[in-house]
Amino acid sequence: MQTSSTDRYAQLFDDLKTKQQGAFVPFVMLGDPDKQTSIEIILTLVENGADALELGFPFSDPIADGPTIQKAAIRALDQGIRPDDCFEIIAAVREKHADIPIGLLLYSNLVMKPGIEAFYAKAAQVGVDSILLADVPLRESAPFRDAAVKYNIKQILIAPPNASDDALADIAAASDGYIYLLGRAGVTGTESTATTPVAELAAKLNQHKGAPAVIGFGISKPEHVSAAIKAGAAGAIAGSATVNLIHDNLGDKQLMLQKLADFTQAMKAATL
Amino acid sequence: MSNKLESKFGQYGGMYVPELLIPALDQLEQAFIDAQNDPEFQAEFIGLLKDYAGRPTPLTKVRNLVSNPLVTMYLKREDLLHGGAHKTNQVLGQALLTKRMGKTHVIAETGAGQHGTATALACALLGLKARIYMGAKDVERQAPNVFRMRLMGAEVIPVDAGSGTLKDAVNEALRDWSASYETAHYLLGTAAGPHPFPTIVREFHRMIGEEVREQIMQKEGRLPDSVVACVGGGSNAIGIFADFIDSPEVGLVGVEPAGKGIDTHMHGAAIATGSSGILHGAYSYIMQDKDGQIEESYSVSAGLDYPAVGPQHAHLNDIGRATYSSVTDDEALEAFQLLAKKEGIIPALESSHALAHALKMAEAADKETLIVVNLSGRGDKDIDHVQKILKGDN
Ligand SMILES: Cc1ncc(COP(=O)(O)O)c(C=O)c1O
Repeated sequence: MQTSSTDRYAQLFDDLKTKQQGAFVPFVMLGDPDKQTSIEIILTLVENGADALELGFPFSDPIADGPTIQKAAIRALDQGIRPDDCFEIIAAVREKHADIPIGLLLYSNLVMKPGIEAFYAKAAQVGVDSILLADVPLRESAPFRDAAVKYNIKQILIAPPNASDDALADIAAASDGYIYLLGRAGVTGTESTATTPVAELAAKLNQHKGAPAVIGFGISKPEHVSAAIKAGAAGAIAGSATVNLIHDNLGDKQLMLQKLADFTQAMKAATL
Repeated sequence: MSNKLESKFGQYGGMYVPELLIPALDQLEQAFIDAQNDPEFQAEFIGLLKDYAGRPTPLTKVRNLVSNPLVTMYLKREDLLHGGAHKTNQVLGQALLTKRMGKTHVIAETGAGQHGTATALACALLGLKARIYMGAKDVERQAPNVFRMRLMGAEVIPVDAGSGTLKDAVNEALRDWSASYETAHYLLGTAAGPHPFPTIVREFHRMIGEEVREQIMQKEGRLPDSVVACVGGGSNAIGIFADFIDSPEVGLVGVEPAGKGIDTHMHGAAIATGSSGILHGAYSYIMQDKDGQIEESYSVSAGLDYPAVGPQHAHLNDIGRATYSSVTDDEALEAFQLLAKKEGIIPALESSHALAHALKMAEAADKETLIVVNLSGRGDKDIDHVQKILKGDN
């Protein structure tokens, strides 16, 4: 169970710094393709080198997601996966892995419905370390950050490539745990890769001495990971590429888990 | 960074969008503020409204529709506006803003195809390229409007995701915009969505109410007791309400679609559900399940088939300045036929909701009562659909 004084992200980034490695962070949708398989998938990711986890709650209207992650949400919702199932999956993972940082990535209405406080309390209880709300920009984040502080959860904010220098400074100052640096404009998906000069963006963020910057969006191959680390990021997040391996192997669970294991190892190797 | 205009209506509204879209929304807010203070922009907008779209629209006193002698009822004839609905007003305004921001492309969502049609015509006129997202189901149901949009040069993109209706078209338009904001403006079609859309759409429709004020003073020498409008996202309603909000003697009545009945789940009456949450960038009344998943709405009228309502309506409801009722499919269909028979006007199914409720108010009136109904659009687009329903094919 969660020991509330643990700062798993700080611990992780310290360790990686000593080892001169970046973080590889896979994203999957909780409950995709079903509850039991979802647990096995996440354990496979952890046991094959994932440094931290980004986990999605399926939502009916995911405006920041491309087709791959939309379909993952639909698969989970079609299985009847509800927020309580998501929390149970996380608790099962946390029970086996006490140290890995676990982050949630979801949409605000799933937090508003039970109430901000109730949601954050529940997340803390199952051992969640961070929450990123895809549709809550810095400007609307105050009530969520208050709850995060209260329940000892890190509120992650996104630094987009089009933000002004002032906005980047504000985001760097407010984002806790790490900063989610967007590799490119658009929605999630492997259709296009990170294009914006992330080195420049990472340098600006690092200058503010905020939390470490981790790059997401358009990361699907080991060379994207090594490029991200070389550009000054502390790590890289791969969502759609990971979820595609689930989608492409729905008929053969053993093969799916094997592919996820191979993928995670290859991506992790690129952070060395 | 903060907003220059108030981004909330009480607790409602806001900008619940990915951080990536904030610069585009800030740019839009600034362009709108500048345009409102620019006489040249205003002259061009007003010129288009008058000479291209046909403003002011008439205020017509009904002759045969109302049997209660205590009641006088007028119709604000947005059905006579070019394009066939009120939608053209604000679309012209936003299309001019698009040019002002130096953008060349327009993204829009459409349900019934009315907003898409208005967007297509404005883009044809002003030399902009339009891509219009429409739920795959709606593309099928609204074939004539799809053809209209394409005739005027717009690209119509069917959206298969989700329920294949309006809410999915909005999702897809937002996704497109998050990759294309540098060259494209998202021309949102109603008084909903993230700030500054609810404010911009209201201001670009507020001439509806301003004209009503002038016209009714001329004809009746007094303000109406009630102004009645249907509410999908809320644009025609806020357009006719805006000028009367500070005239407390004027009752403001919004009418939501009750579909097959509020207790059936087959409806689109977000305010009536009393449940609030975040959809498409705004905190407002929405239709959702116990976990916060958005529910699909339903209405016989595609233009009202939306599971949320603009945030200013949520606020006007909570402070009691406006009241919101609902009308079923059957009641709207009856009003649709009645107006055709009694006055020779075929209303849009959306507007028929407002009319049906106004007729109930008229029947119940026990003192002199002056009612204005916003006839937000004409029913040409609906006649095939209504014919099928009346023949029992549907
Ligand atoms: C004629 C007409 N009236 C009303 C509406 C509903 O929209 P709103 O609530 O934004 O006025 C529509 C939408 O398509 C419409 O076509």
